[in-house]
Amino acid sequence: MNKQSNGYTIIYASVMVVVVAAVLAFASLSLKPQQTKNVEIDKMKQILSSVNISSDATNAQDLYKKYIVDSYIIDKQGDKIEGNAFDVDVAAQVKLDPDKRELPVFVCRLDDGAEKYIFPMYGAGLWGPIWGYVSVDTDGDTIYGAFFAHQGETPGLGAEIEKPMFSDQYQGKHFFVDGDFKSVAVEKKGQKPVNGAEYVDAISGGTITSKGVQSMMQNSIAPYQNFLKSLKK
Amino acid sequence: MLSKKTKQVLLGPLSKNNPVIVQILGICSALAVTAKLEPAFVMAISVTAVLAFANVIISLLRNTIPNSIRIIVQLVVVAALVIIVDQVLKAYAYDVSKQLSVFVGLIITNCILMGRLEAFALGNGPWESFLDGVGNGIGYGIILVIVAFFRELLGSGTLFGYQVIPQAFYDWGYENNGLMILPPMALITVACIIWVHRSRNKDLQEK
Repeated sequence: MNKQSNGYTIIYASVMVVVVAAVLAFASLSLKPQQTKNVEIDKMKQILSSVNISSDATNAQDLYKKYIVDSYIIDKQGDKIEGNAFDVDVAAQVKLDPDKRELPVFVCRLDDGAEKYIFPMYGAGLWGPIWGYVSVDTDGDTIYGAFFAHQGETPGLGAEIEKPMFSDQYQGKHFFVDGDFKSVAVEKKGQKPVNGAEYVDAISGGTITSKGVQSMMQNSIAPYQNFLKSLKK
Repeated sequence: MLSKKTKQVLLGPLSKNNPVIVQILGICSALAVTAKLEPAFVMAISVTAVLAFANVIISLLRNTIPNSIRIIVQLVVVAALVIIVDQVLKAYAYDVSKQLSVFVGLIITNCILMGRLEAFALGNGPWESFLDGVGNGIGYGIILVIVAFFRELLGSGTLFGYQVIPQAFYDWGYENNGLMILPPMALITVACIIWVHRSRNKDLQEK
């Protein structure tokens, strides 16, 4: 058989493509359940981090069940709507108009009985997406904890947002100033936001990522205003 | 167990024939994943696995591959293996796979792979090709780990994520060198390794 003929080449290529496709499809299908589980566990870890509970892959599910006592979806008016909060794709929701968004709320009850409300955030950093979770006290104003993560920010610079050194600054900050929602700004050391919002220190050398965190929080939490105000009463 | 020739195939790439510091291949990923030791280590293992198996598969197929599409066949084999590695990491080493993110996919474009497949696997049997893949993978990995060691130590003061520079140093005014974390320092570190390597192996120096 002539191995350089066109017929042989075409048949060879076709067979190769079919075989490779079959192998990949098999690998993808057989590993899928494990991968989905990993993604869910990772999400639980992140949610727990925002209420300052550290967990690892082995105990995240148990801790999540223990502390996250309720979760639901609300709309901009603060009314509950149908659906599973855990499955909401926050990345897709933040692109929608605030009126149409599904806003997940996770309720956490700590060991001392105190309840915290956790909200997801999603935004853009310098190189790719950044996301996180922020928890507030029952007054709907004071931040209890925050967690940030990123896909590909510069290590040592923008990537520092995932370190406690950055996220711990949020503890005790307030979303509202004199009854108006202002979010929490991220400012260069020594500077103050012009609108009077409370602020945390930015990461030096990671300005665009820091500003990304600021606008992510503003954009993601602003639709919760009515819900937060209703908590306050 | 190993004849002189196979020994040369396996061990040559570790020093005199190193893909990174002698042939200057695979520099792109050497810069990208060496800010920390852990991703560098996993990347080294992933590349070694992909390279060894791609070498074996291409070597087994070498007498059937039509010459006009041999590069395409090589790419398909490499791409398929890389996707499998990526899927396995996602399933069983999720944290590491998150850290490596796009770089696993970029193994496909690693020049070492195409170089070894084209230059070695197409003309040698599966066993030699396997050893060649392992040898070159380890040769690549060693450099990655050395570079990552210096970058993580000087850039973050940690090794494998554990703090090794004592807090007392920081109290005395020591600062982590942020420049070490940026890609240019990887290039300079690799250059320093090449410098040391060449001054110890005089026969590598060009006249």
